Amino acid sequence: LYRHGHSPVHRLPAHVKVVALLAFVVIVVATPREAFWAFGVYAALLAIVAVVARVPGRFILTRMVVEIPFVVFALLLPFLAAGERVDVLGVSVSLEGLLAGWNILAKGTLGVVASILLAATTDARALLLALQKLRVPSVLVEITSFMVRYADVITAEMRRMKIARESRAFRGNSLKVVATSAGALFIRSYERGERVHLAMLSRGYSGQLPVLEVQQAPPAQWAAAGLLPLTALAVSITAWMTL
Amino acid sequence: MHVPDGFLDAPTSIATGVIAAGTIAVALNRSRSELNEKTAPMAGLTAAFVFAVQMLNFPVGVGTSGHLMGGALAAVLVGPWTAILVLSVVLLVQALVFADGGLTALGTNILLIGIVTVAVGWAVTKLVLTFLPKRPASVVPASFVGALLSVPAAAAVFVLLYVIGGATELPFGPLLATMLGWHTLIGLGEAFITAATVGAVVAVRPDLVYAARGLTEALVLRTPDGREIPASEVSVEPASKRRSPWPLLVGGLGVSLILAGVVSFFASGNPDGLEYVAEQEGFLEAAEDSAVGGFSLADYGEVGGIPVGVAGLIGVGITILIGLALFLLLSRRSTESERVDA
Repeated sequence: LYRHGHSPVHRLPAHVKVVALLAFVVIVVATPREAFWAFGVYAALLAIVAVVARVPGRFILTRMVVEIPFVVFALLLPFLAAGERVDVLGVSVSLEGLLAGWNILAKGTLGVVASILLAATTDARALLLALQKLRVPSVLVEITSFMVRYADVITAEMRRMKIARESRAFRGNSLKVVATSAGALFIRSYERGERVHLAMLSRGYSGQLPVLEVQQAPPAQWAAAGLLPLTALAVSITAWMTL
Repeated sequence: MHVPDGFLDAPTSIATGVIAAGTIAVALNRSRSELNEKTAPMAGLTAAFVFAVQMLNFPVGVGTSGHLMGGALAAVLVGPWTAILVLSVVLLVQALVFADGGLTALGTNILLIGIVTVAVGWAVTKLVLTFLPKRPASVVPASFVGALLSVPAAAAVFVLLYVIGGATELPFGPLLATMLGWHTLIGLGEAFITAATVGAVVAVRPDLVYAARGLTEALVLRTPDGREIPASEVSVEPASKRRSPWPLLVGGLGVSLILAGVVSFFASGNPDGLEYVAEQEGFLEAAEDSAVGGFSLADYGEVGGIPVGVAGLIGVGITILIGLALFLLLSRRSTESERVDA
């Protein structure tokens, strides 16, 4: 998902961005769902971030497809939920379900867009350093870094197996063939893991990867990244007060 | 089926996050025994495998397709604790790098997809295995049942969470029934792929399947007269017994001293082959005496008036001293390097 660039958002240290994003999403989730205007303000805030980060709208829209199953669920809710019924466009729906559907749709969409903005402006390596900086256990960070590093290799291996199948005139996706490929893929991944481990040992691996760069964030960068969650916090508090 | 942000309220999200973090902490500790100290690279590569396998789509009825969740599969292949780690890492990467599944819902997703499917898949597989014959191939039907039940179990926990922390009052019974019905179908697909994958691995490398450990037949030794002895009962003798080095050393020393001190008196006084040829061809003149030529032992005692036998004894003594010193030096270095390896 990463989009190379040199915007101010790209330049912020990754751990600062992760903290800001997490704070923003928590605030959005905690906002009362009846405060419709607040969600409009949140969306505008994210739009500003997108403009500053020079991430085009189409890029974000095409990556929002991951949300679709839950959009379907949200659209069904007004018809399924119990409680007071109202007429919308001549169809009787549940008021409670309507609000719940809106709640899921609004908060889920804001969360997805915020995550896309983070992923688009931060490369995977920087995200791993951010996890380390945020005191995630080092073994977990290492496992994650191996996964990120080898995901492409394993996926490419899967693609090669598919090409090999098709060049032997196999078409379609019979469960048995797919599963046999998956089994072969597991053996290859596991054995590659053993080789990687031995290669690391022979290069002096002692159980922990050396930390090469420590990224420090000056207060100015924290302040810049804090603008988003702090504005959102103000909006959320106003929303609670006016209800 | 990654839960997005805002689906569950903040307290439920935080509670599931705490449960997930606690379970991961335990899993980090326990997974070491499952992968024998190779945790990071092995788990990382297995995570990459699960990530790739989740891209395999299979049809689930009309027009829709599901993808593998992989919880039961990972548990059967690499063991439950490592599987929890692996799936948590996959979900973390999907949330951070691919914006798939909300950040505040990460704990919920890890609980549902990472912990519930692994726990149910593993427990059911183990339970079914107790009723099946002790063969590696038994893992295949056992993992089928495990994977089949793991998906509706995750769906049931999801419904429970939604009732506790969802924003709507939904009728609990019908919601549970719909979710369970739908996810049993998805579970069937998951079960077929899981069982067939496990079957493919069991056929080639049964030693890699964690759930099949201890199910392989014990190795037996067949003796020439047809008896079978369990390999575990056979004690293997070391190829050569270590004997004390002293007899060899003392014997060797004695032989060299006798040769040097006594036999050298009877040695031929004629020049050796090279010297003889050189003399014949007339280039011995060109060969200068070596730098130590003036030293009293050079040319084995012919120079300084020291008898040949004594010169030989002194030579043997010096050789032994240098040899011992070299041997001690080298052996110390090799034990040091062994210590570094360990």
